[in-house]
Amino acid sequence: MRLSALHLPLALLCAPLLPGIINKVKAFFAGRTGPSVFQPYLDLLKLLQKGAVYSRTTTWVFRAGPIVALASTTAALVLLPLGGLPALLAFPGDLVLFAYVLALGRFFTVAAALDTGSAFEGMGASREVWFAALSEPALLLGLAAMAKQAGKLSLTSLYAALGPAVLLKPGGPALLLVAAALLIIFLAENSRIPFDDPNTHLELTMIHEVMVLDHSGPEFGLIQYAASLKLWALGALASGLLLPVRTGVPWLDLFAGFCGLFVVAMFTGVVESVMARLRLTRVSQLLAAAAAFSVLALMLVRSAP
Amino acid sequence: MSFWVEILVILVVLSNLRVLGASRLSACIQTVAFQGALLGLLPVLANLDALTVRLLLQAGSSTFLKAMVFPWLLGRALRQAGLQREVEPFVGFTASLAAGVLFLGAALWLGARLPQAGPEGLGRLVPTALFTIFVGLFVIVSRRQAVTQVLGYLILENGIYAFGMAFAEHQPLLVELGILLDVFMAVFVMGITLFHIHREFDHLDTDRLTALKH
Repeated sequence: MRLSALHLPLALLCAPLLPGIINKVKAFFAGRTGPSVFQPYLDLLKLLQKGAVYSRTTTWVFRAGPIVALASTTAALVLLPLGGLPALLAFPGDLVLFAYVLALGRFFTVAAALDTGSAFEGMGASREVWFAALSEPALLLGLAAMAKQAGKLSLTSLYAALGPAVLLKPGGPALLLVAAALLIIFLAENSRIPFDDPNTHLELTMIHEVMVLDHSGPEFGLIQYAASLKLWALGALASGLLLPVRTGVPWLDLFAGFCGLFVVAMFTGVVESVMARLRLTRVSQLLAAAAAFSVLALMLVRSAP
Repeated sequence: MSFWVEILVILVVLSNLRVLGASRLSACIQTVAFQGALLGLLPVLANLDALTVRLLLQAGSSTFLKAMVFPWLLGRALRQAGLQREVEPFVGFTASLAAGVLFLGAALWLGARLPQAGPEGLGRLVPTALFTIFVGLFVIVSRRQAVTQVLGYLILENGIYAFGMAFAEHQPLLVELGILLDVFMAVFVMGITLFHIHREFDHLDTDRLTALKH
């Protein structure tokens, strides 16, 4: 219990490390030295010291966007276990709440983008919602498959049960499909390559970046911070399944959870270095494939003897 | 069912979905070859504790034909005919994937209703075999090019092979070799036919075969 209280502050503290690691891996592949892994912290500090500029056409919705995004991501982290480490709050069915708390944050980001009245941001908002509509069933069905296999209904007991015993019993290998689906969702929800290029500012390619163009100063900092928290949340979801280390010793589980997250961040860096962005028409196909993986896993787990 | 057989079954299902979603002909051919290799491995993995020379011979010949000879033959036919390298579907890729998921549901539903006749532990193979047969039929009717129809036929054969495996673990060697020889001849003849159709009409579009009469 003492340790489960530790996860949230640790996540809040260490989340900006993940984009730092991704950038470092990308720099390594490009043969550059790259910025330090602590660069995101410095960026956040600088943004927090700046002033904000608001367009006269915007209303309170625009200002609420970044705050609600940060608050909802933090709320999702409260429900999130890290590997075998329990979450701060757990009850049967909290996996649905987890998915929709994240969706609430997205809803407000989209609403803030639409509030600016810019056609450009409206385009990004429409793309974001389109991809979210495709990745949501994949996420929920994947979680349902895991819940069915483990026989548990809350994220904490679900991830605590995901040891070798559950993975080796009939139906267990199907969870590999869920892991693949979760990795695809992880990349899509965090707008990484192959779905979106976080570095470009070209209107043709932008999805997430275009929605936050009008935010400035501290609010942009909040958005960046919320984005790294989301990276942490969905990364923990994927790595908890990919690295099923459940020693029962809390400190070791915590360490394993951290290692899993860093491995997922490095994997993202490698993917971004070796892959190009997908054409927009292909993006929906990849997300449909993720949903198909989840459905398949659920069917296989359901029909397991 | 052992852990490895289950992983193999999942990979077979995934390879079916890949054939439905791939837009490149060469990717489809490679996936079908991979599926053939997986199914060739299946009898070995299912009987790891009681391996016989006959079993190894059967697995080896099947893998050799399906994973090496057929892809080579089809690749050669493609190169000689200088065909387009894109699959031309009547049904789009996303719709094909959705249809594939529906087929899988139907196969699982049907598989649960069939009486369990085969050896214990290979029960999961029946729905997979049914799914593979459905996908083979779907590829035959939903793709425009003649090469993809050969591929659909091969997937269909893979499904029937898996179905036989689920019911009779020890098929007589002669029957097995006979089937393989038949399939080999069929692919061989289809390769030659493809070449001739192409030389005559400059395309391999089965959609336009109805308009052959002058």
